[in-house]
Amino acid sequence: MTPQKTIRIGCGAGFQGDRIDPAVILAAQGKLDWLVLECLAERTVAMAQLRRLADSDQGYDPLLRSRMQALLPLLKRNGFRLVSNLGAANPVGAGREVIAMARALELPMTVAVVTGDDVLGLLDPDTPTLETGRAVGDYGALISANAYLGADAILPALASGAEVIITGRVADPSLFLAPMMHAFGWPIDDPALLARGTVIGHLLECAGQLTGGYFADPGKKDVRDLAHLGFPFCDVESTGHGTFGKVAGTGGMITLRTVKEQLLYEVNDPRAYVTPDVVADFSGVVLTDHGDDRVHVAGATGSVRTDTLKVSVGYRAGYLGEGEISYAGPNARARAELAGAIVHERLHHDLPDVRIDLIGIDSTHRTDFGHPHDPYEVRLRVAASGSTRERAERVGLEVEALYTNGPAGGGGARKFISERVGIVSTLMPRDLVETAVVHLSTETTTTMATASEMPAAVEDIVEVPDPRTPPMLHGAPPP
Amino acid sequence: MSTESAPSRSVRTLHDIAHCRAGDKGDTSILSLFVYREEDFELVVEQVTAGAVTAHLKDTVRGEVTRHVLPQLGALQFVCAHALAGGVTTSTALDTHGKALSFALLAMPIESKAAR
Repeated sequence: MTPQKTIRIGCGAGFQGDRIDPAVILAAQGKLDWLVLECLAERTVAMAQLRRLADSDQGYDPLLRSRMQALLPLLKRNGFRLVSNLGAANPVGAGREVIAMARALELPMTVAVVTGDDVLGLLDPDTPTLETGRAVGDYGALISANAYLGADAILPALASGAEVIITGRVADPSLFLAPMMHAFGWPIDDPALLARGTVIGHLLECAGQLTGGYFADPGKKDVRDLAHLGFPFCDVESTGHGTFGKVAGTGGMITLRTVKEQLLYEVNDPRAYVTPDVVADFSGVVLTDHGDDRVHVAGATGSVRTDTLKVSVGYRAGYLGEGEISYAGPNARARAELAGAIVHERLHHDLPDVRIDLIGIDSTHRTDFGHPHDPYEVRLRVAASGSTRERAERVGLEVEALYTNGPAGGGGARKFISERVGIVSTLMPRDLVETAVVHLSTETTTTMATASEMPAAVEDIVEVPDPRTPPMLHGAPPP
Repeated sequence: MSTESAPSRSVRTLHDIAHCRAGDKGDTSILSLFVYREEDFELVVEQVTAGAVTAHLKDTVRGEVTRHVLPQLGALQFVCAHALAGGVTTSTALDTHGKALSFALLAMPIESKAAR
């Protein structure tokens, strides 16, 4: 393969529920080489695992069909390749669904699925968590344990030439770094190049947060046409430097300020940003504004990757019950406070973590910074954890009962109940985690599984499992 | 606006001179603060210390605040431990991610020369 000089990578989703139309614009007009969809937050895999436990065919991203329906025809027409962690808790199931959709659209398609992030079977329950040092097993019934895989796990899937590459849990920047390593032949032991690619991946991974989304502050930081926000791409050079841009005519903007906010977003230590691929130092990053929504990035440095992978562990954490009711007009605050006191008295013996918030006063920052004021309207919010659905449901019922038993003039009561998944993190030696690639095609009924440790030429041909039987990697430790 | 400070100084908030984005990891809130104008960087480095942020966010942040100074980016990064009432997944708070805490930091009063 002749190494390419530059590649263009676009980001078509920055979280599970992100808008679909900006990805379609990128796919249609962005002249992309690669389109990446980042759709997994910290607890999304655990939530997906709950869906898979209820139905073994499920557990991949619920928006997979909508996204693929819109993007597969454009992928075929324009020749870019798609990389996504839409696989969530069931990457092989997601890959099969992509194949089924391609068949329905009468598009020949090859899909490669990266597996091995599900490490529940490898997890030692005595392992301490990073958060508290308590053993993982002390938290309750474990639902999921997923290792953050790196670019090295994705590379064999890219080498296969597949048009769509589906993963489960992968570190977000690695989804972008892998196509760079593939295109430019960057070695896994070159931390300088990997750090530069990682900073580009980190800047792209939240999609619209680079192009003016989550940025506007009217009168201070105005952003044009957020209703039609364009998503970003980066023209990456083989040196690892890159220039960000977006499709002309879309809303939003790329400026030094939007890029800086995203550069430090969710970064615990800007001098040591740890991914499975590298430990990157962002402190020397140099950003240059070329105008017209073009910003150049260079200057990241890095050191060699760690010997461990971060593992996100999901456990059952009971239920959250919530109830809300509004008070408006004269004495609204006093009536809302009285309502909160009534509900608190009735619940706190049974639900000790019951929380009373006044929306409009102190619900978001948990303080008003010592500036008490009486707004025209106040919405009472009550929330509590319950070990069972029935216990948590009491919150909403008590708030609703304020209609006939509480202060005057309450209106608009609503109640909510949600099952909760808690997440804690731990580290696992990376050599315990074995990854593999499953190859799927619209043209064949067989699938080849390639263990990533094996030379690429060694392939095992296995039968495609019946889609109605549990997928082959479900819940079991890797072979 | 306070009128109690010295005549040549006035009390404003960080919102007047800086912008901020909040991110989260578990129970940790990460606040990235950027000055609009380079000449204000020294002022925020001097006044927006880890201790000052700890005091300002005392009702929200229960743990230690670590500050990273990034002159090349005109930025301060505050890593606030135990800031999210137990963390995204098990907190009973409304804003479980603490996404809105960026503007809690920007509400912090700062002193600067009155004439600009």
